[in-house]
Amino acid sequence: MDEYEPNIIGFLCNWCSYAGADLAGTSRISYPTNIKIIRVMCSGRVDPAFVLEALKKGADGVLVSGCHFGECHYKSGNYKANRRIKLTKKFLEEMGINPNRVRFEFISASEGNRFAEVVTEFVDELKELGPLSLQLIQ
Amino acid sequence: MKIGVYVCECGINIAATVDVPEVVEKVKSFPNVEICRYNKYTCSDPGQESIRKDIKELNLDRVVVASCSPRMHEPTFRAVVEETGINPYCFEMVNIREHVSWVHKDKEKATEKAVALIAGAVARAQFLEPLERKEVSVIPKSLVVGGGIAGIQAALEIATDGFQVYLVEQSPSLGGRMAQLDKTFPTLDCSACILTPKMVDVARHPNIELLTYSEIEKVDGYIGNFKVTVKKKPRYVDTDKCVGCGLCAEACRLKGRVLNEFDENLSKRSAIYIPFPQAVPLKYTIDSNRCNMLRFGKCGDELLCVEACEQNAIDFEQKEEFVELDVGTIVVATGYDNFDPSNEPKYGYKENPNVITGMEFERLVNAAGPTEGHLEINGKEPENVVFIQCVGSRDKEGHEYCSRVCCMYTAKQAHMVRDKFPDAIISVYFTDVRAFGKGFEEFYNRVLDEDINYLRRELDDSIEVVGNEKGVIVKAEGHPDIHADLVVLATGLVPKSDNKEIARKLNISLSGDGFFMEAHPKLRPLDTFTDGVFLAGCCQSPKDIPDAVAQASGAAVRAASPLAQGKVVVEAITAIIDEDLCSGCRICENLCAYTALEFVSDDKIMKINDVLCKGCGSCAAACPTGAITMKHYSNKQVLAQIGGILNQ
Repeated sequence: MDEYEPNIIGFLCNWCSYAGADLAGTSRISYPTNIKIIRVMCSGRVDPAFVLEALKKGADGVLVSGCHFGECHYKSGNYKANRRIKLTKKFLEEMGINPNRVRFEFISASEGNRFAEVVTEFVDELKELGPLSLQLIQ
Repeated sequence: MKIGVYVCECGINIAATVDVPEVVEKVKSFPNVEICRYNKYTCSDPGQESIRKDIKELNLDRVVVASCSPRMHEPTFRAVVEETGINPYCFEMVNIREHVSWVHKDKEKATEKAVALIAGAVARAQFLEPLERKEVSVIPKSLVVGGGIAGIQAALEIATDGFQVYLVEQSPSLGGRMAQLDKTFPTLDCSACILTPKMVDVARHPNIELLTYSEIEKVDGYIGNFKVTVKKKPRYVDTDKCVGCGLCAEACRLKGRVLNEFDENLSKRSAIYIPFPQAVPLKYTIDSNRCNMLRFGKCGDELLCVEACEQNAIDFEQKEEFVELDVGTIVVATGYDNFDPSNEPKYGYKENPNVITGMEFERLVNAAGPTEGHLEINGKEPENVVFIQCVGSRDKEGHEYCSRVCCMYTAKQAHMVRDKFPDAIISVYFTDVRAFGKGFEEFYNRVLDEDINYLRRELDDSIEVVGNEKGVIVKAEGHPDIHADLVVLATGLVPKSDNKEIARKLNISLSGDGFFMEAHPKLRPLDTFTDGVFLAGCCQSPKDIPDAVAQASGAAVRAASPLAQGKVVVEAITAIIDEDLCSGCRICENLCAYTALEFVSDDKIMKINDVLCKGCGSCAAACPTGAITMKHYSNKQVLAQIGGILNQ
């Protein structure tokens, strides 16, 4: 049987993290194919409902990544995202879902390496957790 | 709904890792996909033409292109669809190069991922809505930050184009690093002789307003309409009255007791000073960290400077002032810092007076420098001189980049030592001589012929400078020890210590090396990701004077262009509020970093000012009733994209 491959949705802010992922590309730093990236203008745009929708529709993990504190293109969107994701993780825990399935990161436009590292690490972690089965909860 | 999907092979950049024909086969079956094709280069003329043709013939109303990063070609394709009658916001781009083919090796998995990403875009495309981009008028003025050679060049160019320029420099005078240099490579021009006329041009130019001893405090607004707050530090000298005669500095009680930073602290000045004789403006400044009067409220029995000043220009009551400037564009030319080798004990810098930096050498050989150009160490002319290259550069643990100027300034300095001391023994420890610029190799060859020993060492080979009673011994791995009486460290160029703060104020990014990041290393090397903010000189990366000047001229053209057009188109992505759904809870109000949301107390609902809204979407993510829609990133659009990707 093929090894289990987790499915990850990544919400990356346009200015820092999406550019960081682009840099991983232009620098040809390879990482697993498991992540599918959705571009948002700011990590502050990420509604916790997006995270839940992704998990509901079959994602095993969700990455939200923004600029480092103090470097947000919109001044403070990353602070808001950080708070919201913390709450989302608490909520998931209450629902019986391992909160580590949702991850918030700071990745700047110059951190292509870091982006590849985060994805690789997250894939390994999700492989340990195994597939997310919402049936169990229902 | 008719969607056209175009998958790009990008030569083999995508095609080598993604099975493009297979992607096309799969995408064809997606709902609402009217046509799906692939091109070798979708961005090329034939690629663009095939999109135009399909839009017309098949009446497409949405277009999806799967190719490189939207940060690269989104504007290209938006223009293509717009020309053919589709609103540019009805176009969606999928990144299957930077995010797929360039980072994955397994073709099967990469192909699957590309299909999933396109499925997401197709699902999202169905909910895309046409948006109107606003045109805003541009304030026909520019701000240049930094008064070194790059800032000077940029300011002069923009001013000569006929636009008003504010040039803000943090130190008391224009000139920057170039003013400190003695000669410039490879032509051996006198640095001051070519720089100071330009400084005077700036001061005299009717379109340039010079704000020296001033710093950027705050930047608000956007391209065309920046509002910049500048802090003017108090000079404690009325610049309208000061004639630069220097009687005050002569009289100062601390004369000859304050370290002179312009001379790299190798000489001493008064507490009231001009940095160098050709300073522009030629106005004195009181060093508030050293002046007795400013520190202790008194200075002996009488204020000698005040007594000496015939113009009555000294004013201890001056306070810092804040001025607001309205400008359309900004050029950042804030320069660099010199690497400080005192953090690297192996070089024996600061321990031994015989070890100096490249910039200290410049001051010591300069006729206006602390020794009036006599190169002396401990009162003695050097007989054995060693130059060490790559100090603080090409260091994987520290600054990994090459500083690009040290090889050539070392060659120049070796030449100058030879010129002054025909009998001196001169050695250069180098790793690679990077003589890449026009006339550089020729200059290096000339220096080689001047009996200068170029000694090669690997970057990782140990090197150590230890003091002894006569001078120093340079111990380099694989080479005999050299007993030297002068060691010059070819110190590199490092990011300014306050780059992070400047980047924050201007809302621009830093590269991994700590210099400011350009929007694209090849295609937009003068732009930043913030529209209307451009880069010139060493703040972007180390460069020599010709490159800094060339880049400054380029940045000036970029900065002047919106001023000339008088109008710019701003992004249409803003939030809107559905008044029927808004409950007036005001949760969004505090989330907005731009005060774009305002509570209308009569109606008990929120209103949005779309000129102030920058489109981050923080409010939309928090609105409990779903009254706020973030245009182009609406819940519907994002949720559809999530579903599209995960359905695959």
